[in-house]
Amino acid sequence: MSAADIQLDAQGRLRHFIAIEGLPRALLTQILDNAERFAPVGDRAVKKVPLLRGRTVANLFFEPSTRTRTTFDLAAKRLSADVLNLNIEASSTKKGESLADTLRNLEAMQCDMFVVRHQVSGAAHFIAQQVAPHISVINGGDGRHEHPTQGMLDAFTIRRHKQDFTRLSIAIVGDVAHSRVARSNIQALKTLGVPDLRVVGPKTLIPPQIEAQGVQVFDDLDEGIRDCDVVITLRLQQERMQSALLPSANEYFREYGLTAERLRLAKPDAIVMHPGPINRGVEIDSAVADGVQSVILQQVTYGIAVRMAVMAMILGNQALAGAA
Amino acid sequence: MRWQIRGGRVIDPANGHDGVADLWLEDGRVLAVGRAPRGLKADEVFNANGLVVAPGFVDLGSHLREPGFAHKATVAREARAAAASGFTTVCCTPDTQPVIDNPAVVEHILKHAASAGGARVLVLGALTVGLAGEVLAEMHALKAAGVVGLSNLDRAIKDTAVLKHALAYAASAELTVISQPEDYWLGRQGQVHEGAVSTRLGIPGIPAAAEVIAVHRELTLAAAAGARLHFSRLSAADSVKPIVEARRRGQAVSADVSLAHLCFTVDDIGHYDPNFHLRPPLREKTDRKALAKAVATGAIDAISAGHEPHDVDAKAAPFGLTEPGMSTYDTFLPVLLAQVAGGAFDLATAIGAASLRPHQILGREGGHFSPGAPSDLCIFDPTRRWTVTDDTLLSSGRNTPYFNHAQTGRVVATMVGGEWVFQASV
Amino acid sequence: MSTQFDIDALLNTMAAQLRERLDHAGISNPALVGIRTGGVWVAERLRGLLGLDEALGELNIAFYRDDFSRIGIHPTVEPSVLPFDVDGRDLVLVDDILYTGRTVRAAMNEIFDYGRPRSIQLVVLFDRSGRELPIEAQVVGAHLSLRAGEHAKLAGPSSLHLEIHRTRA
Repeated sequence: MSAADIQLDAQGRLRHFIAIEGLPRALLTQILDNAERFAPVGDRAVKKVPLLRGRTVANLFFEPSTRTRTTFDLAAKRLSADVLNLNIEASSTKKGESLADTLRNLEAMQCDMFVVRHQVSGAAHFIAQQVAPHISVINGGDGRHEHPTQGMLDAFTIRRHKQDFTRLSIAIVGDVAHSRVARSNIQALKTLGVPDLRVVGPKTLIPPQIEAQGVQVFDDLDEGIRDCDVVITLRLQQERMQSALLPSANEYFREYGLTAERLRLAKPDAIVMHPGPINRGVEIDSAVADGVQSVILQQVTYGIAVRMAVMAMILGNQALAGAA
Repeated sequence: MRWQIRGGRVIDPANGHDGVADLWLEDGRVLAVGRAPRGLKADEVFNANGLVVAPGFVDLGSHLREPGFAHKATVAREARAAAASGFTTVCCTPDTQPVIDNPAVVEHILKHAASAGGARVLVLGALTVGLAGEVLAEMHALKAAGVVGLSNLDRAIKDTAVLKHALAYAASAELTVISQPEDYWLGRQGQVHEGAVSTRLGIPGIPAAAEVIAVHRELTLAAAAGARLHFSRLSAADSVKPIVEARRRGQAVSADVSLAHLCFTVDDIGHYDPNFHLRPPLREKTDRKALAKAVATGAIDAISAGHEPHDVDAKAAPFGLTEPGMSTYDTFLPVLLAQVAGGAFDLATAIGAASLRPHQILGREGGHFSPGAPSDLCIFDPTRRWTVTDDTLLSSGRNTPYFNHAQTGRVVATMVGGEWVFQASV
Repeated sequence: MSTQFDIDALLNTMAAQLRERLDHAGISNPALVGIRTGGVWVAERLRGLLGLDEALGELNIAFYRDDFSRIGIHPTVEPSVLPFDVDGRDLVLVDDILYTGRTVRAAMNEIFDYGRPRSIQLVVLFDRSGRELPIEAQVVGAHLSLRAGEHAKLAGPSSLHLEIHRTRA
């Protein structure tokens, strides 16, 4: 079964949002277009529409994440859904309850949607296979696999600034090997037609045969970001030094840290992105993170609109399927 | 008791025999193939018209799960499932709870197997206490209790000195060491073959190098120690050459590949199908083809089932949280025949690799129909079509990718030591 | 089929009535809000007739409909735009056809999520029977009497005309 098979219903409408891999371009464009419609809601006095009134969205976080949970929380609330936040890592799994049992319990709470974050790749896919037919699943990040709403909000941010994907050069810099954001970005941007997509990092942080996904690999930052329209920097985790993938944060910053000087190699109007949280002075210099080319805070804002769009589409499709 | 197995296609690779013939048995031994010895009259006749009569299969590594994991499988049930699948001998792996590192556990398993009335169960002992890779198991005591070989399974031994000593001590105890070669450090975090699929799915990878390095390491140490070494469940193409070269130098080394590794590749994992979570991992198409070729040329001696039955919960989780392994007894014959039909190797090679060669690896008589050989045989219908369903599966393990798949070839009867341990109800 | 209403004449009359009402209420600076899509066309014409300079507000009530659970989210419509501060303003809400009242209910809900207007007048080009909510327009171009199974739709925007369709029973 392909990921697309489980994500789309018989009419090709979005039913779960697990991975960008395999989804058609038209659907990704539709998500971006819908996000454009939801974006203005955040600028109003009452930042809320009654679209999902009476629906219940459960945030199932098997791995701690304040930021992602908050934006999903906000997105659901701006759609007037009821939100249930469950930090499962702290409760059931430590008591030895299996994931399947946890899911059965949550189903009994009559939720319409699960937003799932899990430290194991494939967890969202597994949960989507397991849940009752009236429940939809959004992947809020699974292991190193995908983080599809982040991928779409990055695409949204890029489209707002650069309009036409088919003319862009985009570099993704850093720990691609351990990054679900990088995988979703690659899938989204390739599907949306970006012709020149690059990953940049030392060989220890570039996963094997990543070229198969249609990207060019650079281990030199200056070469990798030269003439790019967009530079996406990835977060570097401390564990990478402990597992001997890198000598030190200092050396990483010297070789791969995005500084104002290096950014000059990209196009003059290049934008700089980062999925957060930022390690200043490790993967990015403060002057760049806070500089005029940075759109990092916009990413956070757009993330809410994108998540609103995905939730509304999926629950709307659920309604259609139910009415049919 | 004298049996005439009448009119079947008798395949006996050891004697170069493949043709319709009668097989004559007496008191658990083979008397003759072809014409009856002068003056012999059978007490009983088995009509094998249209069927294949072959030496019974051997699995060099069956996880029978008992004691300790009876929720997955029991020795008795799996021994009967093995018999119904054409196996006359299966080797129980030592990853039980408690581990088979002392004679008491060996006796426990043999007792359960004896009363099951299925395939003959042999026992593999642990190479190190608790399979922990630190302290040598009491190998002489295990041997006295009846183990036929020693293995640390997929629990790679970190400390090369421990491995060196274990091989040397096993050599002096005259026990074969059965190794699933994998470098501890390269394999410890991985769950799938390292490559495009591990990258796409975001699952930590196990490079082929993890196996190839371990093959070299163990060959070198075993040669120095004079240990008899068998590599089980090879997965990487590059593992074959060093084994062939060592054998050419006169080293006592043999190898098997699991049937699943001849059928599937890492691509079959698709989107996290836990049925394809195996250890060692499924690798590339080039590996699969190289391994099949190595079976065809004899560079790899044997094909194992590597039967690993699991309870449903063991596979009902995200891929990385599932337990590795595939339940393989029930489909072993048709899948093996499909490999033959697909041209991987001929039928005589397949049967030799599933029966004669593993007998030789274990140093046991059998796997052929020379006069005096034990009457361990299976009789199968090579054209019978059937579908794998919950009702047809005799193993407790439902962890097979063949659910609802049509199969061609089915075991009709299995005899162990002159006794029918399985006869299909027609 | 198209029907024989002189929509330009109706709009002129409506503009006159609306001006009179606004004058009477002492409203000198009303803000027009059209409901997409027909209401926006009507509002645009009224804006010209009333000589108002300020841009129209345009409401897309898709997020406020009470039938989301039957029809899902419509993929193509434009977002709502209210290019002025709603707080304390006198609004004129414009739609093409007033029928059940649900659209106007949704539109008013949405308006209140932008702020608290001082007043709202409702102006519709056509009023047809079939109200399900207690909502009435202050200014009506014409009353339609349709038989069961007939549906009216305003076509535009270059030349506005009314189309009546029958659904087969």
